[in-house]
Amino acid sequence: MKTRKILGDILTYILVLVGIILFTGPFIWMVSTSFKLPADQYTHNLIPNPASVVNYVTLFQKLPEFPRQIFNSFEIAFLTTLGQLLTCAMAAFVFAVVKFRGRSFLFTLLLITWIVPFQVTLIPNFIIFSKLGFVGSQVPLWLPAFWGGAFGTFLIRQYFLTIPRELAEAARMDGASLFQIFWNIYLPNARPALTALGLFTFLGSWNDLLHPLIYLPTNQELTTIPIGLAMFQTQYGGRWTILMAGTLISVLPIIVLFFFAQKQFIEGIALSGVKR
Amino acid sequence: MEYGLKALGREKFWLWILLAPTLIGLLFGTAGSLLATSTLSLFKWDLIGAPAWNGIQNYIDAFTKPEFLLALKNTLVFSALYVPGTVVASLLAALLLNRKIRGVGIFRTLFFLPSITSAVAVSLIFSWLYAKDNGLLNTIITQFGGQAVNWLGTKNVMMSVVIANVWGAVGEGMVIFLAGLQAVPREYYEAATVDGGSGWARFWHITLPMISPSIFFQTLLATINAFQAFEYIYMLTRQGNGNSSVPVVVFSIYRNGWRFFSMGLASAQAMILAAFIVVLMLIYFQLEKRWVVYE
Repeated sequence: MKTRKILGDILTYILVLVGIILFTGPFIWMVSTSFKLPADQYTHNLIPNPASVVNYVTLFQKLPEFPRQIFNSFEIAFLTTLGQLLTCAMAAFVFAVVKFRGRSFLFTLLLITWIVPFQVTLIPNFIIFSKLGFVGSQVPLWLPAFWGGAFGTFLIRQYFLTIPRELAEAARMDGASLFQIFWNIYLPNARPALTALGLFTFLGSWNDLLHPLIYLPTNQELTTIPIGLAMFQTQYGGRWTILMAGTLISVLPIIVLFFFAQKQFIEGIALSGVKR
Repeated sequence: MEYGLKALGREKFWLWILLAPTLIGLLFGTAGSLLATSTLSLFKWDLIGAPAWNGIQNYIDAFTKPEFLLALKNTLVFSALYVPGTVVASLLAALLLNRKIRGVGIFRTLFFLPSITSAVAVSLIFSWLYAKDNGLLNTIITQFGGQAVNWLGTKNVMMSVVIANVWGAVGEGMVIFLAGLQAVPREYYEAATVDGGSGWARFWHITLPMISPSIFFQTLLATINAFQAFEYIYMLTRQGNGNSSVPVVVFSIYRNGWRFFSMGLASAQAMILAAFIVVLMLIYFQLEKRWVVYE
């Protein structure tokens, strides 16, 4: 029995090691390539010899807009996140706590929209934004986030329902308004759900390719980091050391964010997966 | 009677303020879009001139011209490979990292890293791994005496895109499965051990039914993602002429709408995609009733 357990453990560790190589190997190879001299890009050693930051220097010389694109991505992702958190939490509060006629009807309607794929909204949104003269600006990328959404509202509502009703009822006795109950009781108590939604939204916006592709045509100054990278791929095709340096810089902010908010990330996914 | 606090006096006004964004989204965002897209799908329009009535010609074109049929076929093939690939790989990763071993937290983090990386970045990394000459994969293969593979060539490109996409998705699926696995009560396993059930029997008769809601959810999510696949296709299969070597439906919508400005045709294709997704979801929910075990 004991030897079986030890053998099982050894097998587990071997499989885990294989997994680690599979999932981190490509990242390690990216880092390694990005520190090689361009002439050494086809050498196969893992540790660059000689190691050099020349690719990063070239990158910022040839593409001075790179930091600007990172900033643009941040700006859009920040506004998108803000919009979703605010408007989804507002609606979630009403659906979870306030009694009014048509509540379950409206909520069901909202949930039904969850199955409508966003591709259906692409063309009408584009037409409206182009009539309003917003095509080419960042507005179409974050403004729709201020219209709530089925996923976010549902996620937060489910969490709001776990907050004991007695809290709200007691506050009501003391004369608190609905808005005060929302702001002072529900929002502060729903931090895990809000963090989860915030992280998903931020990540989704940061990584989005299709919408910026449609709305932000080839202007390097205005565009986001995924588009910047895609254009960069065309321009520097085959120059892997520089391409990998650019890729590394693009993933770095998210990896840093992830290491700070790792627990919330993983709990958030679990939360959205189990509660649905 | 349902639970709820009543809005008093002026609060009724605030109630609607709180709901306003969602209502606008429902009305204009979803309902309006559906209406607009379905209407546009009956017109021919280049965004500039006046829209011209086209009847159901756009739909006829979609289903008779080879371009969209190919996109549809590619989407189905992609989904047929991607969905089982992601679900099985995520489940295996979760089973592995659900064991009580030292350092399991760090391992989970490392397995999860690709999930937070953008499709664009993953694609760039993989296009380097896939490079025909001197890419890491071919270097390893030739080192062991194998033949170099043209990973992104016509024959293999679909498989290569699926592999990169699954790689980028396993971490998230793993977390969903881990949550499901951890919700299985210990006593079930203890009872099975007393009864002398083997590891395989325990997996088959306890674990699998108990996590069937997670399997269902993960399959549903993967299917939706597969039908909406775009980023990896765009990054890994774009050709010089702006087409893709394996165009999928969303790629076709993008190209017709924003490269050729055939808004009517793009709308018809978006409606067809939506119909596919809705029908699939309805089928899934029917299957859920039969197969998924809820306590």
